[in-house]
Amino acid sequence: MSVSRNLKSFLLRRLLLSLPVLWGVCTLVFTLIHLIPGDPVQVMLGEGANAADIADLRARLGLDQPLSEQYVHFLRRLISCDLGESLRYREPVRSLVLSRYPATLLLASASMLLAFLIAFPAGVLAAVHRGTFWDRLATTIALLGLSLPSFWVGPVLILVFAVHLDWFPVSGMENPSAIVLPSLALGTALAAILARMIRASLMEEIASPYCKAASARGLGRWNVVLRHSLRNALVPVLTVIALQLGVLLTGAVITETVFGWPGLGRLTVQAIETRDYPLVQGCILVISLTYVLVNLLTDVAYAVFDPRIRYG
Amino acid sequence: MVGSSVLLLVTVVAILAPILAPYPAGDQDLARRFEVPSALHPLGLDELGRDILSRLMLGARISLFLSFIVVLTSALVGLAIGSVAGFVGGWVDDFIMRGVDILMAFPSVLLAISLVAVLGPGLGNLVLALCVIGWVGYARLARAQILRAREMEYVLSARAAGARSERILLLHLLPNISGPILVQATVGMAGVILSEAGLSFLGLGLPPPHPSWGSMLRSGSQHLFDAPHLILYPGLAIMLAVLSFNFLGDSIRDWLDPRLSRGAESETA
Repeated sequence: MSVSRNLKSFLLRRLLLSLPVLWGVCTLVFTLIHLIPGDPVQVMLGEGANAADIADLRARLGLDQPLSEQYVHFLRRLISCDLGESLRYREPVRSLVLSRYPATLLLASASMLLAFLIAFPAGVLAAVHRGTFWDRLATTIALLGLSLPSFWVGPVLILVFAVHLDWFPVSGMENPSAIVLPSLALGTALAAILARMIRASLMEEIASPYCKAASARGLGRWNVVLRHSLRNALVPVLTVIALQLGVLLTGAVITETVFGWPGLGRLTVQAIETRDYPLVQGCILVISLTYVLVNLLTDVAYAVFDPRIRYG
Repeated sequence: MVGSSVLLLVTVVAILAPILAPYPAGDQDLARRFEVPSALHPLGLDELGRDILSRLMLGARISLFLSFIVVLTSALVGLAIGSVAGFVGGWVDDFIMRGVDILMAFPSVLLAISLVAVLGPGLGNLVLALCVIGWVGYARLARAQILRAREMEYVLSARAAGARSERILLLHLLPNISGPILVQATVGMAGVILSEAGLSFLGLGLPPPHPSWGSMLRSGSQHLFDAPHLILYPGLAIMLAVLSFNFLGDSIRDWLDPRLSRGAESETA
């Protein structure tokens, strides 16, 4: 009973704490358009725009109102899920963003899965054979993976696997196999982070008294690792995985551009290139809110599964 | 050791780039565009017939200089704000840390992209955007270190001896928390090199003709199928520099953490 009340109060506190963060993110996105040097409307329409067009767009965006009114209007529109209209597509930003969102989520999830499939055996092998050739190999490759920029890995993968070997398409998402290369490019750094994390976490568990006791009782090394250490070692790793989903969503901005993946990241870059600032604001807001939401859900899930967090 | 040697080499090349570079970075030979590596041009020529090696050397100068400025500024700002939050405590700490929480909740790369997108490309705006996202990590670390250190005996005895708060903070606490900040700054250099290259790759970095590694990758990727050597070398240069900083950061961390040193000793024994 008290555990459940404790959990409820933690969840409520965590939810309330995320409100100022959400407000901060919305305010930051609102201020973006006002940071544009000079007249934002002139910048959006370009040098050749006439006075009537400028006045029309200024009124449409509400930029002719006092700043405080603009802010209140912006927050009101957000509450009703109205993100404005794209200048380039002449469509509501909300429908544009929602149409691209699933592709980005798909890419981020595939990258996550691929990263875990690479990191798990590498991290476990390195931890179990600590200090050996395999450990050094895995940690060096992980450090290398952390140092490779996705915008370089992407073109190299295209050259090798799409152009020379012709195993995967160069770009787009028409073919199901088209997801492999962008997932690899996006997941490389995550695989490196996870491998290092799994190694460190598992090494700590292996050195703990309960594992030593299991070994003393005659259990083999792999038996101890698979039946005892691994489950405990994976708890912090799962948190990192969940938190990295948000990082992947932002990393998709570059990877989607390299692979022509029709997701939210590519839409953001296209909006920046065409100075479609209402669309830029919409994309950034949705990616950021997803990031905040994923962080919140991770904390909540962690508290549900690990009671020490609630009492901490 | 390997990390510091490579880093030293990259730094020397960056500093002496104008002397060491075989050709001026802007020299064009349009008739020899996309030329593959040869004795005269060891890394070949780019889409405007410019020597890739020379541009890489001058690009190192831009990448390292920019990263150094960003890391130094972010670390100083973060250290000052985080130290004050941790040392003063109370509502000052609450106020500062809620602001830090909001900035940390915002995806950092996206914030940098948004800022440069609205402010416009250029060295100043790039540095500003990277500093805005950079200082929060240092502030959080500095605060945590100060909170841990301020209850230690040497601080309590300094306080008992009548030392003023500013003196305790500047002369006693800051030197003692500099280790973890140094580690974060070293790894942070790698992060800034990657972020700058990423922004330049998206066309949000230094405008042409400045030869930054990211902008070289951007222009090279437009000729990926005709001249793959255009993307090969800038990518390798970024990887090498980032790897060196990561190696150096790991080494400093191991050196500063006596538990890791002891663990290594007992393992080798």
